[in-house]
Amino acid sequence: MAFDKITEKVLGIIDSEGFKEEGAYNLRYNGTALCRGDSENIKIRKKEDKQGIDVYISGNTKGEKVHIPVVVSASGMTDEVYNDFYIESGADVHIIAGCGIHNAGCNDTRHDGIHSFHVSPGANVKYEEKHYGEGEGTGARILNPVTKIFMEENSVFTLETTQIEGVDSTKRETEIFMGAGSKLFVTEKLMTHDKQTAVSNVDVILNGDGSSAQIISRSVAKGESVQTFHPRAIGNAGCHAHIQCDSIIMENARVVSIPEIDANHLDAAIIHEAAIGRINNDQLMKLQTLGLTEEEAEGVIVEAFLN
Amino acid sequence: MLKVKNLSFDVMEDGIKKNILKDVSFEVKKGEMLIITGPNGSGKSTLAKVLMGIEKAAGGSVYLGGEDISDLAIDERAKAGLGFAFQQPPRFKGMTIEKLLCLAAGRKLPEKECCDLLSGVGLCAREYLGRQADATLSGGEMKRIEIATALAKPHKICIFDEPEAGIDLWSFSMLVKRFEEIHKNKDESIIIISHQERLIQMADRIMLLKDGQVKKIGTRDEMLTELMGVQETKGCLDKHQIPAN
Repeated sequence: MAFDKITEKVLGIIDSEGFKEEGAYNLRYNGTALCRGDSENIKIRKKEDKQGIDVYISGNTKGEKVHIPVVVSASGMTDEVYNDFYIESGADVHIIAGCGIHNAGCNDTRHDGIHSFHVSPGANVKYEEKHYGEGEGTGARILNPVTKIFMEENSVFTLETTQIEGVDSTKRETEIFMGAGSKLFVTEKLMTHDKQTAVSNVDVILNGDGSSAQIISRSVAKGESVQTFHPRAIGNAGCHAHIQCDSIIMENARVVSIPEIDANHLDAAIIHEAAIGRINNDQLMKLQTLGLTEEEAEGVIVEAFLN
Repeated sequence: MLKVKNLSFDVMEDGIKKNILKDVSFEVKKGEMLIITGPNGSGKSTLAKVLMGIEKAAGGSVYLGGEDISDLAIDERAKAGLGFAFQQPPRFKGMTIEKLLCLAAGRKLPEKECCDLLSGVGLCAREYLGRQADATLSGGEMKRIEIATALAKPHKICIFDEPEAGIDLWSFSMLVKRFEEIHKNKDESIIIISHQERLIQMADRIMLLKDGQVKKIGTRDEMLTELMGVQETKGCLDKHQIPAN
């Protein structure tokens, strides 16, 4: 299928692997599925009662990728979609999601992706989600994702979320319930600029003995943007969790970082670290001694930090 | 190659102007190695920073290859051919050592060249290329990477601020060899800020800085006698830093 130039460009940005109509895939475009395909081990079904899809991933899936990008280019549209993933024991899968909004009009465009993951014992899931906004219109580009992950014993989940640029407002709600021996790796990268706002609430509930979670948040706030992070690790069993929030603040931006740890068990070991600061002057000078201008040096430092 | 005329640098301390560098003048010829030494607090590192444009001079001029670079910014001085290795290099969260070396070289380096640069400063290259130049590295590792970045491309003149500080004896020996190679080729001039006898012994000329002023500048043979005298009274040469040959 041939896509228009805007869709092609946005897909190129939000799907790092390159979107192809191969294997299991579902491209949602302005509120409808533009194309969809199954693979032998991964079946995607349209929901009957509401907007969205159910994705069934069999235990025979080994290293397979599923692409489920969303592109919204209709100014003024509010798109709410419910995607549920059922991952069987033994599966090893990489899910590449993401949403790009191109708003050329004066009305707000909004996409709310509500995802739930049901991860069976021993399954290994990597979920990658990129958010991006563009367009010359004055209407806002709004993304409010809700993610719920239910991890059964000895499952592994890697959650990587990235907000590249151009998203005027985002409120991200993430809730993860962890069973015994399960392992969670969360990496959140966020860039805001101008008057953008971003709120991210992440609750990790470690219910199973031997469960472990690592939550890393890295953000850069420029212009007059405001970011608020509230990662929370709740240890209800013998578990380990580590929360690390690092932010670079520039110009007149504001960053609020509120890591919270809550232990309800004697063997719960939970650590948090948080740091907010401007770009280090020594770093700028070092790169300038290599021949980079101050502006180029700033760009390199920010890019590396979010890498 | 480098001509420094009447350079001065001041700071304000409790509302009072304090001269850190006073009327500093010297020259470095093409392919020459000049060691700048002197007691702690004599203004050696400040002088290095003023030459690179990191600190702004209160007065005086700096010429590189005949061009007046006194008013140039740090990056412009770098583009003009001035290299610099910091005494205490900064760390970069998220930046790989390979990326840092490529930035230093001003081009994408093949893996082999990156490895050669790291091996040249005593690091087992492949282990380091993908690592981040952040707090997971020790001070000695960062220092060696810093020197590798300064050696990643040729300069007209390169300034090393206490390259020996914080590195082990084996790596120091490799570093001395590397300086010897550069010095032998005579393509690049080198200024080394150091108290280290083994480096001082390599110099073509030595400049002794004291209280922000050039106390004496001369050939190695002329200056060693002077320095030995200073060592006894002022602790200019630190014998404890000297690794075994």
